Amino acid sequence: MDALVLSIVVIFYLILIGYVGYIAWKRTKSSEDFMVAGRKTHPYIMALSYGATFISTAAIVGFGGVAGVYGMGLLWLTFLNIFVGIFIAFVLFGKRTRKIGHNLSALTFPEFLARRFNSKFIQYFSGLVIFFGMPLYAAAVLIGISRFIETTLNIDYNIALIGMAIIIAVYVVFGGLRGVMYTDAVQGTIMFFGMLFLLVATYVLLGGVENANQALTNMANLVPASAAATGSTGWTSMPALGSPFWWNLISTLVLGVGIGVLAQPQLAVRFMTVKSNRELNRAVLVGGIFILVMTGTAFVVGALSNVYFLQNSGQIAIQAAGGNIDKIIPLFISVAMPAWFAYLFMVTLMSAAMSTMSSQFHVQGTAIGRDVYETIFHKKGEEGSSIWIARGGIVLAVAFAVIIAFIAPPSVVAQATAIFFGLCAAAFLSMYICALFWKRATKTGAISGLLVGTFTSIFWLVFIHKKEAEALGIAKMLFGQDVLITSMPWPVVDPIVIALPLALIVTVVVSLLTQPPKKEHIKKAFKGV
Amino acid sequence: MLGINDPWIWGAYILCILSALLCVVYGIINWNKGAEHEEEEIMEEIEWHEKEKEMEEKELGIWDEEG
Repeated sequence: MDALVLSIVVIFYLILIGYVGYIAWKRTKSSEDFMVAGRKTHPYIMALSYGATFISTAAIVGFGGVAGVYGMGLLWLTFLNIFVGIFIAFVLFGKRTRKIGHNLSALTFPEFLARRFNSKFIQYFSGLVIFFGMPLYAAAVLIGISRFIETTLNIDYNIALIGMAIIIAVYVVFGGLRGVMYTDAVQGTIMFFGMLFLLVATYVLLGGVENANQALTNMANLVPASAAATGSTGWTSMPALGSPFWWNLISTLVLGVGIGVLAQPQLAVRFMTVKSNRELNRAVLVGGIFILVMTGTAFVVGALSNVYFLQNSGQIAIQAAGGNIDKIIPLFISVAMPAWFAYLFMVTLMSAAMSTMSSQFHVQGTAIGRDVYETIFHKKGEEGSSIWIARGGIVLAVAFAVIIAFIAPPSVVAQATAIFFGLCAAAFLSMYICALFWKRATKTGAISGLLVGTFTSIFWLVFIHKKEAEALGIAKMLFGQDVLITSMPWPVVDPIVIALPLALIVTVVVSLLTQPPKKEHIKKAFKGV
Repeated sequence: MLGINDPWIWGAYILCILSALLCVVYGIINWNKGAEHEEEEIMEEIEWHEKEKEMEEKELGIWDEEG
């Protein structure tokens, strides 16, 4: 890849995005504008913005690489991404979120939950969980794009990392959500065509759908001994039921991200930006196709890269990538695709990274500005102080993400994403479901579920789930062993499997044991639902 | 099927496509539904915004009076 051509392509792309962002920035006047884009957003913009935010380099590079190891079983995640992440999210959750958010005039996800349950604690506690949890996910996205730059351009990983972080920080601080949504839509369009080409080109390269898949099926005997020992059976068959490989695939990757998406603050806030249910109905159409092409392509191509690498270098994908899962997709693009496509894919990945990170940082900014600062100090945003706190929070959030990206080990992108999605599901999902569908849910119930979900999830990550517990070393330091429970399957069961049901039970039981919420408040919240 | 032997995998492959189709069909059927209360809601929002402004001005006014 030629660095000069790439620089020109990237600069041209940045000018385009910068222009769209600038136009949007000029229109961002009040803090209400900054937060939800004035609630008047076109359905195409809404759907692509949601889709582009949902799908990041973490999904394409991280999970695509994971598919290179775990195979097409990961397509269950694509199914959940579409069915849960789009259909259920828009039709069941989106419509009610929009209406109740409107009735209570909520601007952020924590504020939505807080106003629904009449609790300031919910707002700033959720704000803090988001502010401190999200850098993990933002780092994953940043690593995804930086690994691509490193692999295709032979640029030092750390330099790529800092360069991307600066571009994104400047872009977000001066945009706000309206800017974020418009640029997201441009970026979503680029991503769509980039990924569609990748899918078609890969299948053409490998002799068509049936031939390519069959070649992958025939490789089952090449599964490395270490993977076979933990349950892998090939790239087009499910891992052995109940094996560590199976638990990691199903509980962490498929369920963690597939279900966790429902409680993602940067996605839920988008439901509050549309003016009517009609826009959500239309967005379902655009979103369903978009996600199919995005994650479907990433996972199919990731798995099929094994066939390409075997035919051309005699190695399977993970060997060709030097053992780093996060390098499988970048390597495949740079060796298997035409040179011009590598440039286009760079822009596709920048779009994916920027659209997701801008929303992540934006949500972190509003979490610290509106949800924590305004809530605790009772300051209103009208005079503009909370905008500046929010912007300061964004800079801090970028710094956190860069630091994590610096110290993170290889093959971390998908895992870090799954941890954050799982944490959000554990903390917010039970309360969010009750907020939307159960009028009897009480403030105390919601808070209990929030605390139980959050802390169970953190406890499980630190003391039980082997991957993180071992890496963190806290359990080892305190108790002299990597995990507290060594008998299978517990060290490989993802926190979400325990924390989410527990939080849901606690929310329901505590709600039933406490005084029902005031009738007027429920009537106001559910007006027209 | 599709060069894949395990029904759990080709099943997922097909389900992905079917669920995307479901989204498309849902979108088409409901393309023009759901905008019945749009104007009413926008009016409500403008009203809230004005009320809030009024309240703030009043608060500021009281401050001024007290010096």
